[in-house]
Amino acid sequence: MKNKIQNLEELWELKSKEFIKIKLREEDVPESTDEFKRHILFCGGTGCVSAESLKMIEACREGIKKRGLDKEVLVSQTGCFGFCSQGPIVKIHPEDVFYVHVKMEDIEELIEEHIVNNKIVQRLLYEDPKTHEHLPKQHDISFYKKQHRVALRNCGNIDPENILEYIAYRGYEALGRVLTTMIPEDVIEIMKASGLRGRGGGGFPTGLKWEATRKPVSDEKYIFCNADEGDPGAFMDRSILEGDPHTVLEAMAIAGYAIGASQGIIYIRAEYPLAIQRLEIAIKEAYDMGFLGKDIFDSGFNFDIKIKLGAGAFVCGEETALIHSVEGKRGEPTKKPPFPSIEGYKKKPTSVNNVETFANIPPIILNGPQWFCSMGTEKSKGTKVFSLAGKINNIGLIEVPMGTTLREIIYEIGGGITNDKEFKAVQTGGPSGGVITARDLDTPIDYESLLAIGSMMGSGGMIVLEEDDCMIDIAKFYLEFTQDESCGKCTPCRLGTKRMHEILVRISEGEGTMEDIERLRALGRMIKDSSLCGLGQSAPNPVLSTLEYFYDEYLAHIVDKTCPAGRCKALLKYSIIEEKCIGCTACARVCPVDAISGKPKEKHVIDPELCIGCGACYDACRFNAIIKP
Amino acid sequence: MEDVYKLENAEELLPVLDTFIDSFPNKKDEVIAVLHKAQDLFGYLPSELQLYIARKLDLPAAHIYGVVTFYSYFNEEKRGKYTINVCMGTACFVKGADKVMNEFHRILGIKTGETTPDNLFTLTDVRCIGACGLAPVVMVNDKVFGHIHAEDVPGIIESYKNREKEEA
Amino acid sequence: MKMLSIVINDMHIQVPEGTTILEASRQVNLKIPTLCHLDLKEFGIKNQNASCRVCVVEVEGRRSLVPSCAEVCTDGMVIRTDTIRAISARRMAVELLLSNHPSECLVCTKNLDCDLQKLAQDLNVREIHYTGEKMHYEKDSSSFALIKDPNKCIMCRRCETVCNELQTCGILSAVDRGFNVIVGPAFHLDMADTSCTFCGQCVAVCPTAALTEIDNTTKVWQALNNPKKHVVVQAAPAVRVAIGEIFGMEPGTISTGKLVSALKALHFDAVFDTNFGADLTIMEEATELINRIENGGTLPMLTSCCPAWVKFFEHQFPDLLDIPSTCKSPMIMLGAITKSYYAEKMGIDPKDIVMVSVMPCLAKKAEAKRSELTKDDNDNVDIVITTRELGHMLIEAGVSFTRLQDSNFDSILGESTGAAVIFGTTGGVIEAAIRTAYEWMTKKTLEEVNFKQLRGMEGIRSATVKIGERNLRIGIAHGLGNARKLLEDIQKGISHFDAIEIMACPGGCIGGGGQPYHHRDMEIIKKRQMAIYQSDQNKKIRKSHENPYIKKLYEEYLGEPGGEKAHSLLHTHYVPRKRI
Repeated sequence: MKNKIQNLEELWELKSKEFIKIKLREEDVPESTDEFKRHILFCGGTGCVSAESLKMIEACREGIKKRGLDKEVLVSQTGCFGFCSQGPIVKIHPEDVFYVHVKMEDIEELIEEHIVNNKIVQRLLYEDPKTHEHLPKQHDISFYKKQHRVALRNCGNIDPENILEYIAYRGYEALGRVLTTMIPEDVIEIMKASGLRGRGGGGFPTGLKWEATRKPVSDEKYIFCNADEGDPGAFMDRSILEGDPHTVLEAMAIAGYAIGASQGIIYIRAEYPLAIQRLEIAIKEAYDMGFLGKDIFDSGFNFDIKIKLGAGAFVCGEETALIHSVEGKRGEPTKKPPFPSIEGYKKKPTSVNNVETFANIPPIILNGPQWFCSMGTEKSKGTKVFSLAGKINNIGLIEVPMGTTLREIIYEIGGGITNDKEFKAVQTGGPSGGVITARDLDTPIDYESLLAIGSMMGSGGMIVLEEDDCMIDIAKFYLEFTQDESCGKCTPCRLGTKRMHEILVRISEGEGTMEDIERLRALGRMIKDSSLCGLGQSAPNPVLSTLEYFYDEYLAHIVDKTCPAGRCKALLKYSIIEEKCIGCTACARVCPVDAISGKPKEKHVIDPELCIGCGACYDACRFNAIIKP
Repeated sequence: MEDVYKLENAEELLPVLDTFIDSFPNKKDEVIAVLHKAQDLFGYLPSELQLYIARKLDLPAAHIYGVVTFYSYFNEEKRGKYTINVCMGTACFVKGADKVMNEFHRILGIKTGETTPDNLFTLTDVRCIGACGLAPVVMVNDKVFGHIHAEDVPGIIESYKNREKEEA
Repeated sequence: MKMLSIVINDMHIQVPEGTTILEASRQVNLKIPTLCHLDLKEFGIKNQNASCRVCVVEVEGRRSLVPSCAEVCTDGMVIRTDTIRAISARRMAVELLLSNHPSECLVCTKNLDCDLQKLAQDLNVREIHYTGEKMHYEKDSSSFALIKDPNKCIMCRRCETVCNELQTCGILSAVDRGFNVIVGPAFHLDMADTSCTFCGQCVAVCPTAALTEIDNTTKVWQALNNPKKHVVVQAAPAVRVAIGEIFGMEPGTISTGKLVSALKALHFDAVFDTNFGADLTIMEEATELINRIENGGTLPMLTSCCPAWVKFFEHQFPDLLDIPSTCKSPMIMLGAITKSYYAEKMGIDPKDIVMVSVMPCLAKKAEAKRSELTKDDNDNVDIVITTRELGHMLIEAGVSFTRLQDSNFDSILGESTGAAVIFGTTGGVIEAAIRTAYEWMTKKTLEEVNFKQLRGMEGIRSATVKIGERNLRIGIAHGLGNARKLLEDIQKGISHFDAIEIMACPGGCIGGGGQPYHHRDMEIIKKRQMAIYQSDQNKKIRKSHENPYIKKLYEEYLGEPGGEKAHSLLHTHYVPRKRI
């Protein structure tokens, strides 16, 4: 049992003591003063854990122990490094060497060469795709060069299951300062001055939200952490919770003090077991050390945090739906106003903030609002975390200042498009967002600019698409998603998205008409204008934005009955090259719809009207006589 | 109500569930937590169990059923020994997860959400497990398979069938 | 109250704080269409989902359209209700609903009585531009009372609100989500297998034909056309103050005489009055009450005329089955007497008698089939139709209801007192019982028969009535949600009543689920209530025990009230039922 921290002095003392232990992780410290001479850090984020990184830690510990080095070498886990496509990632300090694609069978070599023989294992280093140079240090890798980490500051650096490492990096100092030197109004002023806006998608100024929740008089108020990251292809919040859970707890307590709440609830997806587990550990640690519970920092302020699990409903990311879900009901949104800041959980004032928003708060308190304001654009301050995925070389989690251009993100950080294909578009904002095309690659990204080009920031998912991706297919994918995730409460979303999806299916099957385009537009406008919640109001975006930027592609499907990207199966027609066909009948035998005719030993023909484009004939032909469309 | 005792291991599991439910001061707020627990214990949420929970929480059965059917995480059907989750998040989709899914359909002869007649496999889709770096991703129970393409599907199924044979 | 200034379609008006845009627009006679909205002001219950989106309007400064039913006015708000943007969004919402709705209006039960149909007409919907898959669920006609056709459900959730909040039965919930969402019972059970009381309040508020009654009119026609059958009809008190509405008469018009003439026009062999059964009920119930009071029986005693209420306590309070009176309901009593006393007197084999009941109620349909109430495979009441179904039959038969002359119920089961007619409203049964109990207990004449303290529309009422030296503590509840509150108090042992009257439907039978559609408009129901008390006032005899035919019935046939014969014919028992 650790002792409770009573005041800032005690915290500072502990911080100094703990920092020494991990000082060697800071690159400007040449020599370790620590009992451990080396730290081997394994990425313990979901991506790397899926590739057995936790088992590798066990193996590594064993290897170290076998050599009697367990007093000198610390083997530990950290949160996500972000560079997921290179995982599993292992970092060794103080040399600050960054190993990628580490496998179980590499562990012995890593210990023997790097630890025992002090030699860097070249083959496990990141290879720059352009220069083919092996780069030992993280900050030399192009993926990290343009990044600026605020919310992710501790991810990949500290052990998320050890509160002392968090304290070593000034953890809970912001809470201590707030509780011992500020009144709640000061905290709200700082948040307002910082310009921090909600990172969950809406972009509402956090300071204003807190102020609105502080105002009403009520015997109880609540702080909610929205960790229901439902956007498919986005994992920012998960990485923060897995890599730095304490920062969220600390920020929630600060928020609680600011608005006058003594209870916090974290609503997290049940699909994130690792994040849940780390949060549970962190909450326990925080209670043990007195950062949660009664009379925190001897200030008289009490704050409790509970975890509530989601159960697989995207719409629960909407704050009113989230609140109902926490109350044990169907996660159906209700009309706003009244906003949760007036009437939220149990009809009491409730502030719902997103994980990434919380992660920004302790550094804002510690460094001041001006520091935060110095980053970003005029209306969007600070940094933003994006999860970069799709057809891009460097898949992973990145954090860049607001105002960074897409070109920088895709070509410098992201390393360009896979297989040197041509860039087509980036889908941002997930099912609520739209596509950004090459035309806008140089637009500085912030809340306003994305809205202006028909997309939205959303929670920060970025899916990169290339020439082989069909935009109708993508729009259909998102509509299928929203339609499936619609709670079904209001008419436009329940039935409108269904009809839009049906039209898209028609178009992708070559059954679309020009009237369908008008129908899509009219439905899209109406659904945006009259749906009950944000899910419905933004559901048409993927369709409307592809209609705007890729109208020709819609025409190709509707008028020419072709899919230029070759994705829409029904529009793919196979044909047989006469000269190559020997009449073996293999193709005719496998065709599921009997579209191929021809006598044995004679040339065969595919009836394009019957062909469903399944490709079975193509696979069956041993003479390369069938052309793929 | 009595039917709930016909469920497998009900005599052992129900007291565990009772203790869990009784640990909450405001039981009615904990519907979702209780359903999670019940599904963890029993593997699924048959109607007898939902009714049992309704009575324990003093809520109408329709309320519980409304919640169960709202959230995709809850399943009312007993699942196969191995649940195959094909990730259908965007990152996996653009990398061909639909083809992987179709291959599972073809080989197992079942649709998404169904279980094979031998109760070995249940096939489901999930909305992003957050392993986008490994896309397309397939999860079989807790084991993650990354960078899966249609041609890898038969191998995955075979490996589990072989494991079955060995166990037998 | 604080007043707010708002501008609505360029009109500057003042509205009290808390007014919704919809209410404000009504203040200046602007009509905004609504569909899901339902405001049960008297009960403090609102179906305010803002989910149908047919009431959207434009509000200056707001990015999206705003649902006027749920949006509260703020000071300085500038509203436009008549822009093309709002109107086309409303029309499209209706089009979308229709795109998922069976196109069978011409043969639908609710044809010309359907809110969705009316809306399509009002919004000038002439084409459905967005077609596609429609919901496909099985129709549920499992019960004797109501039909649930989910394919006609538009997810307004009114039924869910009245079932859960008003009636606290908790049978209906939204199930599944997205396009597949419907309102239904747990586990997609048949309604017959749930603990539904069949109060029919869901049917009363359903805007479409997703919830309707089981139509028994064909059975009645068949019986009427069977020469071997002696077809007898009875009509409940609440029917006579509501049926006129179907024929365009003002709510609250008393049309007892026309009702009788209409039934005769349909060629029933005898037209009896359920009120006779009500007088009979009082004879038995007052006897039982006095017995319990004087012999230390279980108190409070609860009334048992309302079958939805009976089913409610059997499912929800199975440990309290000894509290309700064992009296059968007036309808069933009259059926039992018809098939025994009347049959004997007329020399007709009871098997050849068909008893048809016209009721304001759906639960009566189910009550008639309760196994406890059928004897030797012979139902006391064979066919139950609602006020609405009778209306349909009369229209079919070409009976000009409004032009009919008055006629009287047939003897020997047609005479009734003022005490019987007030059975139709909340508070009436207990008032009738008191009128008789008073005289029996005090052996004195009751001069003032109007117990005003028992009347009204408040959900739960209580009053003390002095009977001789004794203060009788009376409780009254209508609406099952209110009933639940009283019962919970009894369960906790903190109830201090001697007698309690409970009616499942708010307002009592006049607000029943089988009445002409009132959509829970309390103004209509209050007018019906006034008509009921007026009918009582109009009667010469206003105490059940003074009904000469009742006296004769006991003298000739039943013996003593509460006696052996009376017991076997007029009393029943209750069974605990499963709660789902």
